Amino acid sequence: MTTSSLRTETYLWLAQRISAMVLAVCVVVHLATMIVAVQGGLSAEEIIARVGGNKLWLVFYLVFVVSVSVHAPIGLKTILREMTSLPTRRIELLVTVFALLVLVLGVRAAFGLYGLGVS
Amino acid sequence: MSHAHRNHPTYWAFLIHRISGLGLAAFLPLHLYVLGLVLAESSAFADFISWSNTPVLKALETGLVVFLAAHLTGGLRLLALEFLDWRSWQKTLVAASAGISLCTGLVFLLNAY
Amino acid sequence: MGAEQINVSIWRGGEEGAYQAYQVPRLESQTVLDVVTYIQRELDPSLSYRFACRVGVCGSCAMTVNGKARWTCRTHVSRVAVNGSLTLNPLRNLPVVKDLVVDMEVFFDKWEKALGSFVGDKTRDEALAAVSPSEPKRKEASAGIECIGCGICYATCDVVDWNKDYLGPAAMNRSWTLINDERDVARLPRLAAISGDDGCLGCHSQQGCVERCPKSLNPTGAIAGLKRESMKAVLKGEIT
Repeated sequence: MTTSSLRTETYLWLAQRISAMVLAVCVVVHLATMIVAVQGGLSAEEIIARVGGNKLWLVFYLVFVVSVSVHAPIGLKTILREMTSLPTRRIELLVTVFALLVLVLGVRAAFGLYGLGVS
Repeated sequence: MSHAHRNHPTYWAFLIHRISGLGLAAFLPLHLYVLGLVLAESSAFADFISWSNTPVLKALETGLVVFLAAHLTGGLRLLALEFLDWRSWQKTLVAASAGISLCTGLVFLLNAY
Repeated sequence: MGAEQINVSIWRGGEEGAYQAYQVPRLESQTVLDVVTYIQRELDPSLSYRFACRVGVCGSCAMTVNGKARWTCRTHVSRVAVNGSLTLNPLRNLPVVKDLVVDMEVFFDKWEKALGSFVGDKTRDEALAAVSPSEPKRKEASAGIECIGCGICYATCDVVDWNKDYLGPAAMNRSWTLINDERDVARLPRLAAISGDDGCLGCHSQQGCVERCPKSLNPTGAIAGLKRESMKAVLKGEIT
């Protein structure tokens, strides 16, 4: 079908499954955190107070962002390949752009929130 | 031709997984952008957060929570299916996954009030 | 006493065509094959369809009945008729030759592509292989060998629909039985054949194949097994 090798396809599949396992942990933590945080409504102060200056939360969110920027684009690639007639190269370009977008915005946000707590 | 061949639990599970994945992928850049507003000089971030404390937005957030929980639980089922030996109670896992997702959404919604 | 009638809507033509309506007297213990045969013999000799054994062992009569792929010889009208109606189509995902007949060539081509046949290295002069039926691998193989290649799983699978090169459940189920056959000597070439996005990695575990297989086989389970073996072989560099 395409020029991509068996090795590449298998590694991408594996990367998606492994990032899924990492995300499973991140998402459980994230959901629990959100459920607690949403009590009494969300507030910017609360979020900044929690993440600001906190190395643990920074690392957590960085791991989260990197994992999702691996996991989501591979999933999108499959969907685009199956549901559209876009050429493979175009699909690969689109999902790579998406991956970089998520990575950049995510790392920026993580450091942004962390930075507000560092005095 | 009808799509009657899709009318069974493990297909619904696939559908939910794909739809929730797409929804989350669409939401993600927006979510990360909003969080990044914290870097802006203005009160844009704080404004957005307080703007989101309305019933409609909370309902939408609950929807996102359900999507996330559904994608997670469905994904765990798939990881088990692919990496562990086959179990005959696959359909039970689908039901359990659906149940847990909805419960998570409910807990979120209840805590939002 | 007027006989009860079944309203049957049948696809006529090739890829392009139209439904044609027939009325068939309803009988006790009638199968869908009985209905189609009645139509062809009594009402419309121009109708094309396949059958052979009519007792559920050959798989020739597979077609789409009210949206689901079935063996018509083993489908009672009473079980599937909706408000006394039936809609019959040829199997999905395969080129339509005429009416209810499809071209099975691609299905069997993919079987070959997946290396779905046994490769041995013993001669008649050597001792028989002693394979215990209770060995785990033999049980895995035995669970999948009853496939008669009817095409129902292939016709049901959406990935087959979405990816023209996807090998499909039947071909990979067969390959899995051979991977688990200790007498077979083509393990690595076969793993290479069923790997990648057009092979086992394309399966989304929708399990339509499992739902519809008249022999209650489990191609999804077989493909999951292939995923694990293929992944290991790629990581070890045994296949590229």
